[in-house]
Amino acid sequence: MAIVETGPVPAAAEEAAAPESTRSTWARLKPTALALIVPLLLLAFWQVATTQHWTRLIPTPYAVAECMVDFAVGGIFDDAYSATLLSHLLASMSRVYGGFALAALFALPIGLMIGRMPWARMLLDPFLQVMRPIPVTAWLPLSMILFGLGAKSAFALVCLGAFYPILLNTVFGVRAVDPKLFEAAAMLGCRGNAQFYKVVLPAAVPSIFTGLRLGLGLAWFVIVVGEMTGVPEGLGAVIMDGRTLSRTELVICGMIVIGLAGYLSDRVVVATGNRLLRWSPNHHG
Amino acid sequence: MAESATPIVEIKSVSKVFQLQDQKIHALSDAKLSVHKGEFVCLIGASGCGKSTLLRIIAGFEQPSAGEALMWGRPISGPDPTRGMVFQDYALFPWLNVRDNIGFGPAARGLSGAEVKATVDKFIELVGLGKFASAYPHQLSGGMKQRVAIARVLANDAEVVLMDEPFGALDAMTRERLQDELLEIWQRTKLTVIFVTHSVEEAIFLANRVVVMTPGPGRIESDNALDLARPRDVASPEFNAIRRVLAAKLHSHHGKKAA
Repeated sequence: MAIVETGPVPAAAEEAAAPESTRSTWARLKPTALALIVPLLLLAFWQVATTQHWTRLIPTPYAVAECMVDFAVGGIFDDAYSATLLSHLLASMSRVYGGFALAALFALPIGLMIGRMPWARMLLDPFLQVMRPIPVTAWLPLSMILFGLGAKSAFALVCLGAFYPILLNTVFGVRAVDPKLFEAAAMLGCRGNAQFYKVVLPAAVPSIFTGLRLGLGLAWFVIVVGEMTGVPEGLGAVIMDGRTLSRTELVICGMIVIGLAGYLSDRVVVATGNRLLRWSPNHHG
Repeated sequence: MAESATPIVEIKSVSKVFQLQDQKIHALSDAKLSVHKGEFVCLIGASGCGKSTLLRIIAGFEQPSAGEALMWGRPISGPDPTRGMVFQDYALFPWLNVRDNIGFGPAARGLSGAEVKATVDKFIELVGLGKFASAYPHQLSGGMKQRVAIARVLANDAEVVLMDEPFGALDAMTRERLQDELLEIWQRTKLTVIFVTHSVEEAIFLANRVVVMTPGPGRIESDNALDLARPRDVASPEFNAIRRVLAAKLHSHHGKKAA
């Protein structure tokens, strides 16, 4: 067998060989440096705006930093919020991940069904399409009536927020499978229900993954609304309390913590995705 | 020679009509074809001549509107591992690496892990992709993808390999190399190959028989046995004489249309 391979080396091998050694320090630092420009400019503007008294309603960056330190480890104001960051963060995280997990538990099977079974699509799709535009904030009163004031209600709202992106992307992933792959599977002896596990599911994984990522993002997004339901602990509750008490620096601290927590949680999801979806040319983000 | 009495694939007066809204498309009209074990048959024709439809009927992806498609005398009711298909756009499973793509069929048929591995090892070497066993399809060139597609069909013990313009999307150099490799595999394994192409040269280079098809409605114009010695020389006078005859047959329907 005289096969002389002239095709290109797999892209992964080429990429792995080149960078590490040849890349300069600047090239490695560039993304971080560029990413910091806008936040630093905003911080500078904030500093100038508050010290020049363009507004008296917004605290200075220093006041917020001081509040953040006190919120995290205490020792400055020693009030009701000193050194409580961790417990509020954990309370919010339990609702975000709990609500997200519950949403995934419902959205994945329903999405797979709608994507694969015409009768399920006819039964559920019109109803879900009408429910979908209703914002989570609109559900707040009803949620408090149904689940009462407190954590259960917050949990339900977060779950609702995460539900639709997971559902829609699952449906899309299942429906977008290349029909050729079903033919290929069939002629290789994989037919009927086996195709669901061997073709539909793996082909839909990138889309499902995108749905989970968006869903988790939205779970963090709606946590403040969820915690407007009168829960004592949680970052959303801290923000609402800060508003009532006119402690704007506390509000901003809560916002920063939510932003960072949501960001870190997304990075973990993306890193997991990059590992699991090495085969997909579209998942190297 | 008892075996050769029954054709491995037989097409008996097959017609195929597609309903497109309120329009009827006659993709294939009264096609008759017998393919015997070990033959290399090329179906050739312009687009719309029904060559791909005929191949898809043999594969079992489509059912004839009239007539019968038989394998070893039994009606073809659906896709089956005995008839492996190699698609023009590869249709590899993007989430499986080369090794698992080739092992997909054997695993689907319920072979044990060790048997699957042995089968994959054998065919991965046959197509010369040993070094790329753990690469994913998106990391491979077109030629390498098509080698995987061929290997996964062979690994599944296909008796008939159906190829739908398999080298159409490849560059000329890669195409020539794959044609040589395919002939070598065919000669060694005594496979039966039914190969769709729109290139007269490719058909003459590869086939024992060239079936010329013409469009509107799709039908078989002629069935031409080739007795050129192998390896065939594309530049030889014999080759070009056949090329002229087939090209004339291929364009025969133009005159009728103009009249």
